[in-house]
Parts: sequence; C-alpha cells; structure tokens
Amino acid sequence: MSEAAVKAVRKPRPKYLNLQALIFEIRLPLPGWISILHRISGALLFVALVWLLWMLDVSLSSEAAFNKIKHYAGLWPVKLSLLVLVWAYCHHFCAGIRFLFLDLDKGGDLETARLTSWIVLATSLALTAFLGWRIW
Amino acid sequence: MTQRIITGAHYGLRDWLAQKITAVIMAVYSVIALIVLLSGVPLSFVVWKDLFSQGWMRVATLLFMVSLAWHAWVGVRDILMDYVKLAGLRLALEVLVLLTIAAYVGWTIQILWR
Repeated sequence: MSEAAVKAVRKPRPKYLNLQALIFEIRLPLPGWISILHRISGALLFVALVWLLWMLDVSLSSEAAFNKIKHYAGLWPVKLSLLVLVWAYCHHFCAGIRFLFLDLDKGGDLETARLTSWIVLATSLALTAFLGWRIW
Repeated sequence: MTQRIITGAHYGLRDWLAQKITAVIMAVYSVIALIVLLSGVPLSFVVWKDLFSQGWMRVATLLFMVSLAWHAWVGVRDILMDYVKLAGLRLALEVLVLLTIAAYVGWTIQILWR
C-alpha cells in the first residue's frame, strides 16, 4: 500500500486523554487491570516497607514491645491498612507469576490471558481473606 | 530490521533478568515463611524471637531483602521513567529511591543481627 492509501484507510483517531476520559471512557481490559494493579501494589509495598520494618524491629526488641505491636495490629485502622498490604503482596505475587509465564511465552493468547487474569484476581483475593482470617 | 546505535549504554536486559530472578527468590522465601508461620505453634514473643535467631532464617531473610532491594530498584525506576519526564526531577527521585533502598537493607541487617 502506498503512503497515500494508508492515510486514506486510516481512521481519524480522537485522542482526549483527560482525566474524565481516563476514568469513564477508556475501558481497560482485564489483563490491563492486572498489569496496572501489579504496578500500584508494587509501589505501595515499596513505600509501606518502612512501616513494616519498623513493626518487625519493635516486635523483636522485647516481650513488652512484642505485645504492644500485637495490640497495635489489632486496632481497626491498622488492621485495615495491613489487610490492604496483604492484598497488595498477594496480588503482586500472583500477577508476578503470571508475568513470569508470559515471559516464557506461555499463556499469551487472548483466551488464556483473560482466564489467567481472572485466576490471579480471584486467587489473590481468596489468599487475602485466608491470611486475614489466620492472622486475626 | 531494527537499527541500533551503539552508545555504550546497556539495553535493560540485565535489569529485566535480575527482576525475574529476584522475584523467584522472594516467592520461594514467601512460601517457606508462610509454611513455617502457619504450621507452627501460636505466635508468641519466644516463638517469634527464636525464629529470627536461627542462622538459616537470618541469612534467608537477608537474601530476601537484597532481592527486594534489586527488584524494587528496577520496578520503581521503571515507574519513574514512565511518568516523570523532567530529567532533573527524575534523577533526584532516583537518588532518593536508592538512598531509601540502602537504608532498608542497612536497617534489616541491624534488626537481624542485633
């Protein structure tokens, strides 16, 4: 095809990447959601690591401090934040394994990619529920 | 055919591969840690302290943390390269991230070998 023909065939593509369009108009497919959540959960975990290390540090320092952290982890805002981090870890873990398989060229076709996206989403939520139940 | 201009920079294969390998190391540690924590007795200070005073656990946790440092560096740098277009600001943030990572690793060693 000549350059002119390509131009004639090519549809005009409106680009309106404002916030409204990003939130309401662009429908990210499920594997896309897995990907962006992988990024968000990773960034969240990196930032939250200072808090987690602090809790590990305090909890290992003495018995009294250990019990303090145990009590602290039971407060509902702390519990909720920890649960979000547990989910972030589980999602990052499951999605990461999916990406490792994609890198090995396994599961790249549309049907499988969609199926494994659902599996990642469901498994990480189930794992979060299970761990939440075991921890508290 | 892709024409690459050789500039002396590397093309990210090493970082990509390092991120995969460190991911596997952390995944293995996570599974082992989960099994140890869930199969043991109810968590008390003595159990917790004992776990982290064993040599294998200290070394494994340090390995985990070093893997995390490398993995997070590649990941956070990817995020910065995608969203922060001003080179000066990006460099400043990258330095901040590197310092944070170094502090995380240093602190972990301090916690483990106190």
